[in-house]
Amino acid sequence: MGKKVAIFRKEHFNSAHRLFNADWDDEKNMEVFGKCALPNYHGHNYELIVKIIGEPDEKTGYVMDLKKLSDLVKEKIIERFDHKNLNLDTEEFKNLNPTAENIVVVIYELLRPHIPKEKDLQIRLYETPRNFLEYPV
Amino acid sequence: MFVTIKGHPDPETGFIFDAKKLGGLINEKVIEKLDHRNLNIDVDFMKGKLCSIENLVMGIWQELEPHLPPPVQLHCLKLVETAKIFVEYYGDK
Repeated sequence: MGKKVAIFRKEHFNSAHRLFNADWDDEKNMEVFGKCALPNYHGHNYELIVKIIGEPDEKTGYVMDLKKLSDLVKEKIIERFDHKNLNLDTEEFKNLNPTAENIVVVIYELLRPHIPKEKDLQIRLYETPRNFLEYPV
Repeated sequence: MFVTIKGHPDPETGFIFDAKKLGGLINEKVIEKLDHRNLNIDVDFMKGKLCSIENLVMGIWQELEPHLPPPVQLHCLKLVETAKIFVEYYGDK
């Protein structure tokens, strides 16, 4: 157990979104979400950090090939969300409020099936340089 | 966004311009209009323009520059779009 190593891959995507609850009227949405509920959307430069924990393979010395991880993140996450309107252009957030909390969980769920079972996966997502989250905890 | 002003420090205050007042002016004239807005739809001074970072920085200059009290001069606006993309504008004089 002493040989566990964490590796990280950092990626970047831009998306537009709007936070609102369709069950509430405009007034209630503005009260709860403020400017984030404005109807014409706003954007973020998201920074995504994917963390994989495991023991380095004896033959390769790798926890996981970082090139393969990079390709996986690009294919499963960046292609899906980059330069998209999360509310309008993605299946994942058609009926799910695209808060950073929900985005980080969705990214985890999208990646988890493609990471070997014996490795741990953790996602850190920066919505702004000062607002960031991790899942799972 | 980075706003650079230039001038001679006032002999009484040592300030070119009170940075707190500059901050208030930037918030009032620029941030209030842009923050959490859709540049294509919601922003009066970007109407009819392509929302490139070049056009945006020039638009912001026009919004801000007239409100700086002489002899304070706007020297440079730097606008950072992503970690790797940014522009600087020095006015058209």
